[in-house]
Amino acid sequence: MDEDQLRRLIPQVIGVLVRRGADFAAAEDAVQDALVEALRVWAQDPPRDPAGWLITAAWRRFVDAVRSEEARRRREGRAGEEQAVDGAGAGDDTLQLYFLCAHPALSPASAVALTLRAVGGLTTRQIAAAYLVPEATMAQRISRAKRTLAGVRFDQPGDVTHVLRVLYLVFNEGYSGDVDLAAEAIRLARQLAAVVESEEADGLLALMLLHHARRPARTTADGALVPLRDQDRSLWDTEMIAHGVAILQAALAADRLGEFQAQAAIAALHADAQSVEETDWVQIVEWYDELVRLTDSPIARLNRAVALGEAADPWAGLEALGELDAALPRHAAAAAHLHERAGDRVSAARLYAEAAERAASLPERNHLMRQAARLNTALGRAPGSGGDVTGPH
Amino acid sequence: MAKYLLLKHYRGAPTPPNDVPMERWTPEEVTAHVQYMEDFAARLRETGEYVDSQALSPEGMFVRYDGPGRPPVTDGPFLETKDLIAGWMVIDVESHQRALELAGELSAAPGAGGDPIHEWLEVRPFYGVSPDATE
Repeated sequence: MDEDQLRRLIPQVIGVLVRRGADFAAAEDAVQDALVEALRVWAQDPPRDPAGWLITAAWRRFVDAVRSEEARRRREGRAGEEQAVDGAGAGDDTLQLYFLCAHPALSPASAVALTLRAVGGLTTRQIAAAYLVPEATMAQRISRAKRTLAGVRFDQPGDVTHVLRVLYLVFNEGYSGDVDLAAEAIRLARQLAAVVESEEADGLLALMLLHHARRPARTTADGALVPLRDQDRSLWDTEMIAHGVAILQAALAADRLGEFQAQAAIAALHADAQSVEETDWVQIVEWYDELVRLTDSPIARLNRAVALGEAADPWAGLEALGELDAALPRHAAAAAHLHERAGDRVSAARLYAEAAERAASLPERNHLMRQAARLNTALGRAPGSGGDVTGPH
Repeated sequence: MAKYLLLKHYRGAPTPPNDVPMERWTPEEVTAHVQYMEDFAARLRETGEYVDSQALSPEGMFVRYDGPGRPPVTDGPFLETKDLIAGWMVIDVESHQRALELAGELSAAPGAGGDPIHEWLEVRPFYGVSPDATE
């Protein structure tokens, strides 16, 4: 059994311990300990029933930990009563864990860390590495999250919307070191979609698959961004796209639209096109209308303006953009693109440079800077010749 | 070995000789500049002298405590005249001499016209070890 398979057992094992009366934080600690032991022992002596082995080992750890505590007698008494519910669906436990880890009392960052550990079975070290923070920092974050949850009952129904948001946050990090968070988020979303009745869970899974399928084309070997327009579409994973589209279509058939389904529909329309020109921009604008209706998100409005610029003409896009707050992320970049398409290269160059200054990442900054440089070169602005474009390097 | 911080400035350092804003280079010059810095970091990783490097967004502001029960004072976004850090690299090298040598090399990154920008870099030893300590 490899480490991945082992990790998959964790939610079930934590669930059993909590059902037997362990509080969540103690159960989670005990399972992590048991996991370390499993990795040590199983190489020589693989168990016949890995889940059973882990439950026994983790329970023993838990009992050892509470033995000296005052609460021991009470806990063991409760464990006796609840023994009977053991063996109830592992799926239910997993779902409860998802809800607990995405509890609204937690900050998004804490919810993400706790989900990766308790549901995903990652070690603190792996989570820390994925988020580029010291292990001690991540350990603090996780134990603070567990303290926040102390006293929250395990069997309270949670809100699946919170869980989906947390998983989407994980997906959007996507660092690829020891752990590829995007792949991990897809695995967790798949598991979630299997145990919960929710079209939006399917929508999120479809959305992740559709984005992930295009990832190989999105950057060059040295990490530079490649915009959608210039991507080598033969690098897209068509099998994964087909899979995402199938999941999405099944979800849409239920006619209970939500934001993740709408976003997935947009991603599917992009994935379906052989080129930017062949893209069904009219339908994309319609989906953005749905998204704006569902979320009233300014980001959705911004993206809608860009899509409108393709579906109708750049001036229509600029008009829609003009109604939005210029301080929105990527507002300048979108305006630059639309101005260039409208033929106003001077404004476009200025806006690309402005967008570069406000970029959220270095690859994005460099990409926007190249766009500004490309236009300025084409406009024949000799280096150092002055003009209206000034600013730092 | 001693650690040094190499500070890159957007503003606040003396004006370098080849002072052309990046958006007025050619795209190829931008790429060459980025590549130079990446190659530089890669080489230091191989020699075991690289510790960390980060780039900072130009967006930032000065903030100050304004007394109990009051929100912090902000002096607004960095003004034109204020020092503005673009990013840093931390290196761990044998000698002060080596730190200067590497800073000089980093400062030679190509800019407009493919010529070195001669960017001024601030070199600061970390406390904790004598700057000239060698092993």
